[in-house]
Amino acid sequence: MIVHSGLYRRRRAGNAMFLTLSVFAAIFGIVWLTAILGSLFYNGFSAISPKLFEEMTPPPGSDGGLLNAIFGSVVMSAIAVAIGTPVGLMAGTYLAEYGRHGWGSFFVRFINDILLSAPSIVIGLFIYEIVVVNTPTTHRVCQAILGSWCPIGHFSGIAGALALTVIVIPVVVRTTENMLLLVPNGLREAAAALGAPRSRVIRAVTWKAARAGIITGALLAIARISGETAPLLFTAFNNQFWSTDLNGPIANLPYVIFQFAMSPYEDWHHLAWAGALLITAAVLGLSIAARILERSNRS
Amino acid sequence: MVDIVLSDALTSRAEAVRRFGRRDSLFRAMTALAALLVVAVFAGVITSLTIGAMPAIHKFGWNFLTSEVWDPVQEEFGALASIYGTLLTSALAMLIAVPVGIGIAIFLTEICPRPLRRPIGIAIELLAGIPSIIYGIWGLFTFAPAFQQTAEPWLIDLFGNVPVLQDYLGGAPYGIGIFTAGLILSIMVLPFISAVTRDVFETVPPMLKEAAYGLGCTTWEVMWRVVLPFARTGVVGGAMLALGRALGETMAVTFVIGNAHNIQKSVFAPGTTISATIANEFTEAVGDLYLSSLIEMGLILFFITFVVLACAQMMLRSLERRAGG
Repeated sequence: MIVHSGLYRRRRAGNAMFLTLSVFAAIFGIVWLTAILGSLFYNGFSAISPKLFEEMTPPPGSDGGLLNAIFGSVVMSAIAVAIGTPVGLMAGTYLAEYGRHGWGSFFVRFINDILLSAPSIVIGLFIYEIVVVNTPTTHRVCQAILGSWCPIGHFSGIAGALALTVIVIPVVVRTTENMLLLVPNGLREAAAALGAPRSRVIRAVTWKAARAGIITGALLAIARISGETAPLLFTAFNNQFWSTDLNGPIANLPYVIFQFAMSPYEDWHHLAWAGALLITAAVLGLSIAARILERSNRS
Repeated sequence: MVDIVLSDALTSRAEAVRRFGRRDSLFRAMTALAALLVVAVFAGVITSLTIGAMPAIHKFGWNFLTSEVWDPVQEEFGALASIYGTLLTSALAMLIAVPVGIGIAIFLTEICPRPLRRPIGIAIELLAGIPSIIYGIWGLFTFAPAFQQTAEPWLIDLFGNVPVLQDYLGGAPYGIGIFTAGLILSIMVLPFISAVTRDVFETVPPMLKEAAYGLGCTTWEVMWRVVLPFARTGVVGGAMLALGRALGETMAVTFVIGNAHNIQKSVFAPGTTISATIANEFTEAVGDLYLSSLIEMGLILFFITFVVLACAQMMLRSLERRAGG
């Protein structure tokens, strides 16, 4: 054998070099990511105190917490999920059950995946244009129907929740469709053979079989919106005080983090870190829960 | 008597079947409506942004795309600096994240000891979900000051006397700027690229790899000549998906870009991107033309990301079809 020829040695050396490079790539990536998490935990934990959950966002130079912002974020996310999940579930059901191979479904799927990764700031602009902007005619119609509940013409928690809803829907559509496709056709056929109408088959058999997966989708959607900042900047805006009025500007964690971090005040920076840690903890917790659920669904 | 009962049963059966039929079509119509709503939202985004951008489109026309002037006082607006910043930061991010992301995927599928593969893989996927504002705040408070004091002056000194490069890698060390934004974007999309790439690598049939190993190929040759060509569409698709994210990313960039409306040669200089301009200025914009110009920028951003994401999807779809057989 001529294994010790120059060519062989060159190939061995090249192999060793590129494998080392890819190890370095992995180290490089892991170092950055741990640096980010490390500094987040370091700065965040030192700023965490019970006050965060008891007091309102302070003016510069005084003590305070994030209670109003946490409340606003939770309420808007809850509304967004409450509207977005059923819509997403129905649309995902259509794609997986009725129009699996249809041309129309192909188109919807394509649009949905675009919306899934579309810049969230554009979603914010969209809701700004249709809700926040004060156009006299729509305002008058809206006021005639909803009275003082009309959200058109000003920043409001409703507008913020709607912007988040637009982000929730594509996430739920995608996971629902994927999960429904995993349900074996035998189940559907067995139910149909018993004489169940199609809608009954879907609701009582397919949805039930994919339940864990559908909940996973909702959890992922919450995780996705809990850190979204851009769509809230010009919909929900911000509010320095405690407010439960969804028809007016409402405080929310991402906006507060943005505002406080960009400010020159030291104690605002601490609160921003604390808020960032809260959001990260929520997102990581939700994604881990989703992952566990998903695995139980697949097995 | 018997007859009557029987016909009763028959009519109630027919009734039940009709009822089922009605509910069935109602349910189907509702799901179809929800699916249409997705399309309607998409159409709504384009329509509402176009209407909102109309005043600026009428006023500036195509000049909007080529003018660098951004003067809210004189109401003269051009998006060139923002478009330039968006494209440059994303290009920098891709330049760093694509090779490193592929490296991580190779590490995970070939080199990493088996027991570590799952935990590292899961960690990377979890990191892909971290909100971008976290990257932004880290960049502003931790990375930018450290970079300003250590690597940035060193890089500027290093290239200070190199004829062409000194223009592109020169200037004062601000800490924040185009380069910092690009780097932070690259860290942000890194988990994304490596997760997609790893998944695609795992779809390569083991037979192909084994055949190459059987011919005496080294691991590197198997990766470069067999796995990568086979997985090319998926890797490019994943990278395009990440590019779509990077182009539209707002918060990770807004914190560290510096918001300067001019184009400078040096990548260390402050700049701006479309999303950062909108985020910084929208709520303070006075005057219809100012607002309209910002909305037109949003429309441009949506168009750019649409093209990129559509390409990404075409590639990933064709891959899915192949994997599905």
